[in-house]
Amino acid sequence: MTAIVTVRVQPEDFDTAAEIAALSHGRTDIGAVVSFSGLCRGNDHDTPISALVLEHYPGMAEAEIMRHAEEAMARWPLQGLTVIHRFGRITPGENIVLVVTASSHRRAAFEAAEFLMDYLKTNAPFWKREETADGGSWVEAKSHDDAAAARWTS
Amino acid sequence: MKVKYFAWVRERIGKAEETIEPPASVRTVAELIAWLTAQGEGYAYAFEKPKVIRAAIDQSHVQPDAPISGAREIAFFPPMTGG
Repeated sequence: MTAIVTVRVQPEDFDTAAEIAALSHGRTDIGAVVSFSGLCRGNDHDTPISALVLEHYPGMAEAEIMRHAEEAMARWPLQGLTVIHRFGRITPGENIVLVVTASSHRRAAFEAAEFLMDYLKTNAPFWKREETADGGSWVEAKSHDDAAAARWTS
Repeated sequence: MKVKYFAWVRERIGKAEETIEPPASVRTVAELIAWLTAQGEGYAYAFEKPKVIRAAIDQSHVQPDAPISGAREIAFFPPMTGG
């Protein structure tokens, strides 16, 4: 059966269980499905956050995620993958991002999901702004995220 | 060419996009950043640390030495914080 690659960039929430089910529905060649959900936290260290506002680059966001999805499909024997990334205002406890990978065996599914998340963090054109009691500020990129993405190129 | 700005680069410049006509002597992304820096206070503030700024040409990431000739759309933005 053909591999199914789904990439969506959207303001609305998504149903994690439904997305996992959709990827494996009606198939008997998938032995492993890995999903990663990124959620909005209610604090950054000790500072309470009322919301995250995600800005994105329409067009490039989809294209950049698709480029990494295709690279994941080329590097691992995957039966399919789904990436959904939200933009706009997201409050604590809500979903931000979902990565689902499906393969015959677990290792490819685990590794591809981690690869996709590491690249989304550093290469997908999204920017988080935290809303706090005293206004807000842009989230700074973290050097450990760059290091996490770099290990896939070595 | 069309130029787009995102996140704090957009805020500091005060606009999300504009059409610019840099002189022919401006050939690379780094040279375009230097040229934009001289276009006003907001630009100077946005590009005060040019090494931090990331760029894309026609919606693909590029390095500072990338040539800008033929580009339809160039974007400047801070390091990304998605995921």
